[in-house]
Amino acid sequence: MSGSRDLILARVRRALADVPPDDTPYDQAFARPYLREHGHRSVAGTVDLLAENLADYRALVHRCAAGELAATIARLLDERGSTAVSVPTGLDPGWLAATEVAQVPDSAANTPDELDRVDSVVTACAVAIAETGTIVLDGSPDQGRRRITLVPDHHICVVRVPDQVVTSVPQGLERLDPARPLTWISGPSATSDIELDRVEGVHGPRTLEVVLVSGE
Amino acid sequence: MSGGTYLGMPAFPKAAHEAVHNQTLRGNLRHATHTIRAKRAKAVAEVSDWAELREAGKQIKDHTLRHLDRYLVQLEESVTAAGGTVHWAADADEANRIVTYLVKATGESEVVKVKSMATQEIGLNEALEAEGIHAYETDLAELIVQLGKDRPSHILVPAIHRNRGEIRDIFAREMSEWGRPAPEGLTDTPAELADAARLHLREKFLRAKVGVSGANFMVAETGTLVVVESEGNGRMCLTLPETLISVVGIEKIVPTWQDLEVFLQTLPRSSTAERMNPYTSTWTGTTDEDGPQDFHLVLIDNGRTDTLADEVGRQALRCIRCSACLNVCPVYERAGGHAYGSVYPGPIGAILSPQLRGTQSEIDASLPYASSLCGACYDVCPVAIDIPEVLVHLRERVVQGGTVTREGAKVVLKPAKGHAAERAAMRAARWAFSHPGALRTGQRVASRTRRFHPRTLPGPGKAWSETRSLPAVPAEPFRDWWQRTRSGQRPQDGPQGGPQGGPPGGLPGGKDTSK
Ligand code: SF4
Repeated sequence: MSGSRDLILARVRRALADVPPDDTPYDQAFARPYLREHGHRSVAGTVDLLAENLADYRALVHRCAAGELAATIARLLDERGSTAVSVPTGLDPGWLAATEVAQVPDSAANTPDELDRVDSVVTACAVAIAETGTIVLDGSPDQGRRRITLVPDHHICVVRVPDQVVTSVPQGLERLDPARPLTWISGPSATSDIELDRVEGVHGPRTLEVVLVSGE
Repeated sequence: MSGGTYLGMPAFPKAAHEAVHNQTLRGNLRHATHTIRAKRAKAVAEVSDWAELREAGKQIKDHTLRHLDRYLVQLEESVTAAGGTVHWAADADEANRIVTYLVKATGESEVVKVKSMATQEIGLNEALEAEGIHAYETDLAELIVQLGKDRPSHILVPAIHRNRGEIRDIFAREMSEWGRPAPEGLTDTPAELADAARLHLREKFLRAKVGVSGANFMVAETGTLVVVESEGNGRMCLTLPETLISVVGIEKIVPTWQDLEVFLQTLPRSSTAERMNPYTSTWTGTTDEDGPQDFHLVLIDNGRTDTLADEVGRQALRCIRCSACLNVCPVYERAGGHAYGSVYPGPIGAILSPQLRGTQSEIDASLPYASSLCGACYDVCPVAIDIPEVLVHLRERVVQGGTVTREGAKVVLKPAKGHAAERAAMRAARWAFSHPGALRTGQRVASRTRRFHPRTLPGPGKAWSETRSLPAVPAEPFRDWWQRTRSGQRPQDGPQGGPQGGPPGGLPGGKDTSK
């Protein structure tokens, strides 16, 4: 059903008939005079900026050392009152070693309705961007299918700092593989559709907790 | 409504006049546009290299448009290699036929949709409905619009014309007809209203087999599509269904993955005034065991190549639909989105709709006049579209005719002089000029207009200025000029809404014009 392909391409070429031919290769066609990152800060300063911007968009930010991660996650699930947590297949099992909450492994066989009955999800991330307060998931085994971080109402995302933190959007894109399905998350889902009042949570998780874990 | 024109749509000045008299709309619009405007300025001020990002965005888009044929072919190859199927639609009818066919092939009779201006432009929901397929809009605002049997009035906040009390009433009344009813005792707090929408729509997401989306960007090099959103309904539509159909205008391409680094910085700050919007999804074809296993990309022309053929007007195709130009526009603030008679309201609508659809109808002929040329839209545009320049160019087209491209063929338009279209255009001009408030807000009127008039009015355009007694070069703000040339009659004293004012009362949006 691509009958109009040649028609559209021919129209494009005719439409551009006035434009003088130009064989400048793409990488020389224009300059990129904008910055690779904004401002200069120490590694710790970049992590602080990430924490600040995540919190500004109402993610709940926690910091802990690697040795405290399992206890931290257990506490967060407990405080939430979760009875079931979705778990990506490649998640470090140690992260959930301290919790009693029932684990639901991510599986293609789960139906959306089954997932809807799961309270929480715990994942790693691919990269975090400090300037915008963004975490990016790329569907790797420690992050799971896209839907497990979408349907449950409570997402705990672990960021290894400082390794996984970049300063800017350009640096973030450099680290990501476009062939993978990506989800960029900046704060919990929100809407301003009713008289421009920001309301947290329409369809995605209404609570986003980000654990910044340092050291191994 | 294959072309996206709202049939029976009154021309701009009349619709604008009606809107100006609707107090709720005015109050909401004023609050909304001023709020976003201030927030945007703050978000933009945070990045020291805004001017460079804006210039790069412009150049990337210009480069892409200049080689659009090549990038379209490259995109098709990459999407196909990644497991997707690419379809090409020359016009709205063809796009609707393709999508209908694809939905029918799944055996499903309902689809979930994420807000997409392209699908609104082609009237996809109506086309599907005619074939017995029900399309559910899933953005909160779109849901409000759909349940209220209404039309969107803002690109980004389509229900900006509704206040919370109205939304509560619509939910309480209509939700049960479409699925899960609104909770008993629903109040009008935004959080409760959002929760009612969450519950109502979740049922639909969980059972949906087919999703329909647009896209903000398509990367030619990788075949990646990008959807930028806030609520998570986009993610639902993009990941839960088995089949995903994305309908995207051919101008949405960028050459490389790296190019996103510009737009993912400028778009959120320009549109929702955020450092980053809550969710951005990117996908490249299909991924085994994650998300839809069947992905179709429908590329639509529908007037875009005609727009590309216009040397001045083609810059409108750089638009990334951020809606910043709406929020700063003094005319939009008073007239509201419905007055533009198109899915593309505000300044961008005033230059895009007449190009996509031609200037033969009254509404399209009047749109280039729905502006005071104050230039605020150009100043905020993250891809530096010189909207006033295009407006002046299109006005000239309406008045003196000329050669344009329609459906790929060159046609010569007759001057609209003396025709209904011209009269509508003149009414629009008078309307804009007789709303002093609309003009006062744009303090840069004088400098902006002086730049354009010497270039456009001499030559054939002169006939217009002579017969219409318009000054060739208003070397003073339009506002002052208008006040002076109306021989002492202060605009406030003039007939409200211009000489051709329509009946006050209901919004045009209150009518069901969907067919
Ligand atoms: S014309 Fe510019 S400011 Fe207006 S919506 Fe398009 S990109 Fe945004």
